Amino acid sequence: MQLLQSVLTRLFTTLITLIGVAVIVFFVIRVVPGTPIAMMLPPGATEDDVARLTALYGLDKSIPQQFLIWLSGTLHGDFGTSITTRQPVLALVLSRLPATLELSIMALVIATAIGGFMALTGTRLRGTKTEAAIDISNGMALSVPDFLWGLILILGFGVLIPIFHISGRISPSLDLPFTSNFYLFESVLRLRFDLWADIVAHMFMPALALAIPLAAIIGQLLKQSLKETMHLDYVTLARTKGYGENHVILHEALPNAILPTLTLVGVQFTFLIGGTVIIERLFSYEGLGNMAIDAVINRDLPLIQGIVILFAVIFTAVNLLVDLCYAALNPRLRHA
Amino acid sequence: MSYLTIRNLSANLKGRPDRILRNVSLQVAAGEVRGLVGESGAGKSMIGKAILGTLPLSIEITGGEIILDGTDLLKLPPAQRRTRIGQFCALIPQDPLTALNPSRRIGPQITNRLVDILRWTRADAEKRARELLAEVHIPDPERVMRSYPHELSGGMRQRILIASAFAAEPKLIVADEPTTALDVTVQKQILKLIAEMQARHGTALLFVTHDLGVVSKVCQSLSVLYGGLVLEDSRMTDFFHAPKHPYSRALLAATPKYTDPDGSLTPVPDAVVAATRAEVEAADRSAHV
Amino acid sequence: MLDGRSQIKRKLPPRLILSAGWLILLGAAAMLAPWIAPKDPLAQDLFLGQLPPAWVQGHEPGYLLGTDSLGRDVLSRILYGTRLALTVALLAGSITCIIGATLGLLAGFLRGWVDIMISRAIDIWMAFPPVLFSILLIAVLGPGLTSIIIAIVVIDWTRFARVIRAEAMTQGAMDYVASAQVAGRTRLSTMFTEILPNVLPTITVLLTLEMGIAIIVEAILSFVNLSISTDDPTWGGMIAEGRTSIHQAWWVLVFPLITLFLTVLSFSQLGEGLKDRFDPVLR
Repeated sequence: MQLLQSVLTRLFTTLITLIGVAVIVFFVIRVVPGTPIAMMLPPGATEDDVARLTALYGLDKSIPQQFLIWLSGTLHGDFGTSITTRQPVLALVLSRLPATLELSIMALVIATAIGGFMALTGTRLRGTKTEAAIDISNGMALSVPDFLWGLILILGFGVLIPIFHISGRISPSLDLPFTSNFYLFESVLRLRFDLWADIVAHMFMPALALAIPLAAIIGQLLKQSLKETMHLDYVTLARTKGYGENHVILHEALPNAILPTLTLVGVQFTFLIGGTVIIERLFSYEGLGNMAIDAVINRDLPLIQGIVILFAVIFTAVNLLVDLCYAALNPRLRHA
Repeated sequence: MSYLTIRNLSANLKGRPDRILRNVSLQVAAGEVRGLVGESGAGKSMIGKAILGTLPLSIEITGGEIILDGTDLLKLPPAQRRTRIGQFCALIPQDPLTALNPSRRIGPQITNRLVDILRWTRADAEKRARELLAEVHIPDPERVMRSYPHELSGGMRQRILIASAFAAEPKLIVADEPTTALDVTVQKQILKLIAEMQARHGTALLFVTHDLGVVSKVCQSLSVLYGGLVLEDSRMTDFFHAPKHPYSRALLAATPKYTDPDGSLTPVPDAVVAATRAEVEAADRSAHV
Repeated sequence: MLDGRSQIKRKLPPRLILSAGWLILLGAAAMLAPWIAPKDPLAQDLFLGQLPPAWVQGHEPGYLLGTDSLGRDVLSRILYGTRLALTVALLAGSITCIIGATLGLLAGFLRGWVDIMISRAIDIWMAFPPVLFSILLIAVLGPGLTSIIIAIVVIDWTRFARVIRAEAMTQGAMDYVASAQVAGRTRLSTMFTEILPNVLPTITVLLTLEMGIAIIVEAILSFVNLSISTDDPTWGGMIAEGRTSIHQAWWVLVFPLITLFLTVLSFSQLGEGLKDRFDPVLR
């Protein structure tokens, strides 16, 4: 019952956070000087046209009124209509979400693979030059944000050794049989590995740019955690039973070292998702972030609101998920 | 013929002149219980770790032999050495709270050596584990084997670790301060249990402790260490009647039970400590010549 | 006897020297830009567009690192861009630091409803994607130096508040604080005289790291063309231009990128180096 109570508390604070986000986004946006209506009208529009559009978007009401209208709409799944494209925000946002999700998850997979490899190698070869080299490269990777790694990758693998694509999500010349926007996922389901390879070749550079800092964090934290665990008595005991170093690291130390790393990685993963905004821009990848920057530049208020709220929902969901994973993986909590 | 023979074993802090063990020699006969006594930092635990191959990375063995059943462990390739130790030796660790893997159930932690290293079938290993748990007086072995360590008390966990140490019928067990981390009331039971198990299985036991009282209860012979140097090597009875080394005498005097239980503690006198330290340094000098 | 601690203190790690050296060099370049820049950073010459750097075939004398597509001197623009980058780093960094650290101290030491309010605000802030939030703020505030600084402060105060709150909580639980309280000091004066000096090392480290972050944020804003007026040289603006002409003139991207990379790396390494020195127990 205690578990249920803490889950409920978590859900409640999550709700407050989301409402806070909504309030802030709404009021920040309403401070915009100059009405966006002016930008939407062709030259020579009359006062009447302005008034009509203003009323259409509810911009003539008082700000608290506008907020309540917007909030109740949002809670009913109505995020309004994009000012620039005149399409429902929800549909626009959901059409771009799969691209960003696929990119983030691919980046997470890459980061876990690299970071895990670094941590395990560093632990296996502790006290050697290799460990020192791993520490230094982790420190470097951590010091420089994804934006710069993206640029460096563009130079390295887009220009110097052009083996990957550095813009877009898929080659425009290809015929797409997809019915959903989860291109990567669907290409596997449809066994279209030609398309899959093209998508991966497009995604790999932005995903790697996002993954490098996270990989370094995973590498550092997990290695630290592993090294502490390696000093514990049960690891020594396993050694005296006749197990080799690799077995001891993988089977005795790793399962216990992962837990403390996991919670921290959860927060870091939300940072990674936040990083997609600029990385998608950098690689002209047609995801949510790229759409968000366009929306900001075009002052498309309903669209901006929709995207920011969606990001906030994803962030809080990830954090919630990590907490649940932690509880599920930790035998101490599971049986308490 | 002794089962374990350590000859002139020396160890250093890696890359530094600090000596950890100074020409240590000792023997443990098959089925014998030998105490290894000294204050903290005397190097007694390091001897146990050297035998089992679990010395910290910062310490290196600079010379000597650890002969187990006729084979010098230090001359074996690492993998062979590991399997040999896994097959013939075992450890009863100091702290039962950290010596069991918190993310695994008890059962596999007892059976894993039998299954992975000694290639028993899982069913045989589990049957053996149940028998052993019963032997160490654990009620309801089935339930305990399915438990996680955090669900059990410290004394219970130490019993499990003792059972686990005897699982493969090793020839030699190193008990590294096995009662130090326990409550006084539990200490006695555990000590009795170790003695009982040792007698039943006839295993040679190297009992590392700082407590002469504990030694007197379980050991047949003992080695006294100071600064990584063996000062005295005696039969238990001889030791209590006539300790050879002044430091041993002082140590004995500092243990209340063997003088006057109600009397005040006599700490090891400074003069004795100084003389002993001088002896250790003298041993170093003669070793360098 | 060897004293390990005195040894640590005496030896300056190379990464501290290197990063501090680069930042001093950068500071000098920013101050002396009008005197050392070989060309006017705004002067366009369409006949001299996309000239390669001096060691590549086809270069023109006087354009050491080449020119961009409008014929502007890359080296001069980098030098002038340093001014904006460092101004943002210093101003945004220190204002963020003051506001964030104060809020963190208040929350961590006073606890109670102050803590609840500030912690809740931190939670809300953590739910925003920071880059998107900063772009949004600039769009609202309009481009310009002040907007950039406001955007950075508004977004990054949580970095300080989170860490300092936790530190203030640990420090506040220690005995020396209780004894100061018993001695009759007010809560607030205890906070400044007892807690603040003990969290100062952490604040310094965070400030150093924040300066690097501020420079990146400025570069990102310039990159999406939202930082300051488009003509003024900024590293991010140059990188944005370099990104579009990457296949024709790599040097337009490469040199500002190297400068930005080294600067961000230096701030971060300086911060990490300071952390190690303040806290020798960690290493």
